[in-house]
Amino acid sequence: MDLIAELAAEQIAALGKQIPDFKAGDTIRVGYKVTEGTRSRVQNYEGVCISRRNGAGIDASFTVRKISFGEGVERIFPLHSTNIESIDVVRRGKVRRAKLYYLRARRGKSARIAENSGYKPKSEQ
Amino acid sequence: MRSGVIAKKVGMTRLFMEDGRQVPVTVLQLDNLQVVDQRTVERDGYTAVQLGAGLAKAKRTSQPMRGHFAKASVAPKRKLAEFRVDPENLIEVGAEISAEHYVAGQKVDVSGTSIGKGFQGAMKRHNFGGLRASHGVSISHRSHGSTGQCQDPGRVFKGKKMAGHMGAARVTTQNLEVVRIDATRGLIMVKGAVPGSKGGWVTVKDAVKKKLPEGVPFPAAIKTALAVADAPVAEAPVEAPAEGGAEE
Repeated sequence: MDLIAELAAEQIAALGKQIPDFKAGDTIRVGYKVTEGTRSRVQNYEGVCISRRNGAGIDASFTVRKISFGEGVERIFPLHSTNIESIDVVRRGKVRRAKLYYLRARRGKSARIAENSGYKPKSEQ
Repeated sequence: MRSGVIAKKVGMTRLFMEDGRQVPVTVLQLDNLQVVDQRTVERDGYTAVQLGAGLAKAKRTSQPMRGHFAKASVAPKRKLAEFRVDPENLIEVGAEISAEHYVAGQKVDVSGTSIGKGFQGAMKRHNFGGLRASHGVSISHRSHGSTGQCQDPGRVFKGKKMAGHMGAARVTTQNLEVVRIDATRGLIMVKGAVPGSKGGWVTVKDAVKKKLPEGVPFPAAIKTALAVADAPVAEAPVEAPAEGGAEE
């Protein structure tokens, strides 16, 4: 392992985050720490994860898309950000692509994702 | 003025801070960084330390250089560089400098050889705007355009920015913040990018445009564990801070 990978692995271990198993197509709820002046609170952002980038490394990120007041909104979160309090998987989706960018062009009924009822956690597979 | 260090650019990564910030950092490594020679006013007319870093094969080191390293009783070095210092900040020959030479939060200037780009046009090399996409411009959309005036002066001025070789030149990035120090592995993490490619050699100096913070070791942070055999080397950092601090 080169030094950069070593440093990244050490930092991931030091952050000690429990990241649930989720992938593109899953509906997730992200608890994101927001600081307003001196006060900080946790804001929930719920939507469909449409992409995950750079695996589980320190540079990993994921994109969450939701429809807010009729307008599509996407947020990109760094997976290991210290601002992320929690990531909860609300619903497992069944999709055939790793990146669901096609959802951007769709609205309503055609933008639905079928539920993956046969989901098995990674450890049991 | 105290010595800088020679470091190897390892690569870039990011650090997540407790307050939610994420900081892009370049990791620089001090690799067997030792003092190889001193320049003194009596002998050379100026004061400086010559540092050596890395490990070179003795077989591939020239005979004169082998003699030079033997005089300092250090292993042959891959990279040598001189740093001007004040006379009181001279470091003993053979002393190994540790990453604690810098403290987190201080600003440094990093110099290195930038990545070569080859022969490049004026748009990429000097940020020229190029010519228009339409309105009669033919074939020369990325050209530099006019290079001067008319019959008077009748020539192109020297130094005119034109296409040519770009990169592979010595570049200094000033005022980079030292974010973290890892003394055991000899790592310095500075915020932002540093000139050169991964594996390239860079020199790190205290920022010339910023005040040096408190608690910076004078004349240098020296690895004491390795210098135990060398008594004068071990005591050098202990007695020096007082006079060095007064000088600052």
